[in-house]
Amino acid sequence: MKNRKPRAAVLPRGLEKAPTGIRGLDEITGGGLPRNRPTLVCGGPGCGKTLIGIEFLVHGAIDYDEPGVFLAFEETEEELARNIATLGFDLKRLAAQKKLMTDYIRVERHEIEETGEYDLEGLFIRIGAAIDAIHAKRVVLDTIEVLFGGLTNHGIVRAELRRLFCWLKDKGVTAIITGERGHDMLSRYGLEEYVADCVILLDNRVIDQISTRRLRVVKYRGSAHGSNEYPFLITSQGLSVLPVTSIGLDYEASTKRVSSGVPRLDTLLGGQGYYRGSSVLISGCAGTGKSTLAAVFAAAACERRERFLYLTFEESQNQILRNMRSVGVHLERFVKEGLLHFHAARPTCQGLESHLAVIHELVTSFKPSAMVMDPVTNLTTVGSVADVKSMLARLIDFLKMKQITLLSTSLTAGGDNEEQSEVGISSLMDTWILVRNLETNGERNRGLYILKSRGMPHSNQVREFVLSAKGIRLVDVYTGQGTVLTGSARLAQLARERAEETLQEQELEVQRAAAAAQITALQVQMRAAEQELKRLTMAAALHEHSVSQSRAEISRNRMADKDAAVLPGGAHVH
Amino acid sequence: MSTKEKPAPCGYGGSHARPPRLELRVYVLDRSPRSAVTVINLERLCEQYVSGRYRIQTIDLLRNPDRCREDQIVAVPTVERHWPLPRRRVIGTLADSERAVAGLELGAVN
Repeated sequence: MKNRKPRAAVLPRGLEKAPTGIRGLDEITGGGLPRNRPTLVCGGPGCGKTLIGIEFLVHGAIDYDEPGVFLAFEETEEELARNIATLGFDLKRLAAQKKLMTDYIRVERHEIEETGEYDLEGLFIRIGAAIDAIHAKRVVLDTIEVLFGGLTNHGIVRAELRRLFCWLKDKGVTAIITGERGHDMLSRYGLEEYVADCVILLDNRVIDQISTRRLRVVKYRGSAHGSNEYPFLITSQGLSVLPVTSIGLDYEASTKRVSSGVPRLDTLLGGQGYYRGSSVLISGCAGTGKSTLAAVFAAAACERRERFLYLTFEESQNQILRNMRSVGVHLERFVKEGLLHFHAARPTCQGLESHLAVIHELVTSFKPSAMVMDPVTNLTTVGSVADVKSMLARLIDFLKMKQITLLSTSLTAGGDNEEQSEVGISSLMDTWILVRNLETNGERNRGLYILKSRGMPHSNQVREFVLSAKGIRLVDVYTGQGTVLTGSARLAQLARERAEETLQEQELEVQRAAAAAQITALQVQMRAAEQELKRLTMAAALHEHSVSQSRAEISRNRMADKDAAVLPGGAHVH
Repeated sequence: MSTKEKPAPCGYGGSHARPPRLELRVYVLDRSPRSAVTVINLERLCEQYVSGRYRIQTIDLLRNPDRCREDQIVAVPTVERHWPLPRRRVIGTLADSERAVAGLELGAVN
């Protein structure tokens, strides 16, 4: 028992790895494929097996200074060169630099008759010569299973393959062996029996007529690895695997704000607009102006000289440009300047995961500061609500890490459950604006309100949302007298109120006039009374006068005593 | 490379200038017993079916590894009927004479 080694020494610690240079794959495998060992890549036809092999070699040759040999059993050198050229790599140049070598090994059954014992030493010699010629560190055998088709004695083929893989290990090369997917086994001829270190399975599944490519590391001896199925893309730059699920919830939250493009809406959102890097949902029925709000947001971003990505799942770029022109939002110049990039794709053209992958690619290459997905609900045509939610969650995480503001529009079915139907994705969103049709008195008007906006004080008021050739305008709705009115009802109500005011004014005027008339009448009356009084006074005076005169006369006539008392009023007291 | 050539006697109509000749190539690994067996078997079959009208070229792949690539050799040993066309190939030690004769179409040359 003394000789027994401690357990830690038996386990391969810090297994050396050869990076593939394929985006995402190295993350999943924790650094690449096991160095100096063969890796089996299997999958059905058209899964991208050959492409993984080619990329592994090309990146090895260019990025890691590891020359490689590609042994093709299915394609000729010319076909391979063409395939590699589509990825933008010049095979001839790599070959001239002795960095990459291709060899087409033809195994055609109808030419070969087996007449006794044989081995595959010819194959060993060819591979060995190729490896030695350029001091290759990487080898791809694509697809070695052709041997089983070309040779009937499978016992010999199996024995030789086992010998070949051991020999490759001894040669110190990192190898990829591709194999067709089998029914019960990972590969049709059970190659996984011989290649036990690392097995990668590629899959091109078609669900509801939509295909999605997926990759899974089935086994990786002596190394931790991502065990999920990861969607991958074949793009013009080659293969791209998306370990999107690995993103955590630890992104930074920006306090910077970006304008929504509608000044009045910014006012509603605490006066400054959306948070940068937040996710905004604008939901509403058809024709409520969601796309216009999106376009205005795009225009505002481009106006600030920021790059903007516009993903449309329904309309073409030109259609959007034309439609937005009609409401006074001119986006063409931003497209010309390269600030605004449109990506139009029908949701059904690829699976949900592929969409995510494409968006990932676009965002990584275009580097926008904000983007729009219009309408995000169209994605439910290629996946269930749960699928869409999971995809969006990963997308939002990714965008938040990059501090990219996402504005999604969502088409709701209409009716009274507009708020409920969104529950699926609304919880992912930071700001949720609802645009709805307010149908009254035979007309539809647009109302806008903010259902939620995390981390900012926001208005609880409904605003009427008016689209005109000059763009979007938000106006206050009529909220007097216990009702909310919009559109012409609002205008009518305002007119009615104005009319009522005028009437009241007129009435007042009449009353004032009446009062004035009354005053005048009273004044006249008063003046008349005064005059009457004056006349009476005068009359009284005259009377007095005449009385005193006549008395004097009488006195004179009667030669009366001068002392005779003269009583006022002409009365005589005798 | 070693070339063993048997004199080609004129046994074909007499008046014709050149008789048809069978050209065979054997790809082997030198000094391996399997290679030796193959060459012996091939010579035996040739004597039996096309005596005097054949030529065997033995190619040692260890000494000429490029021939693997040039001539698309995977299995060793491989025997090729190089002439007349179409070319025929059999692999193995030619232990199964019938299949070897059928595969190389030795009988058809007569």
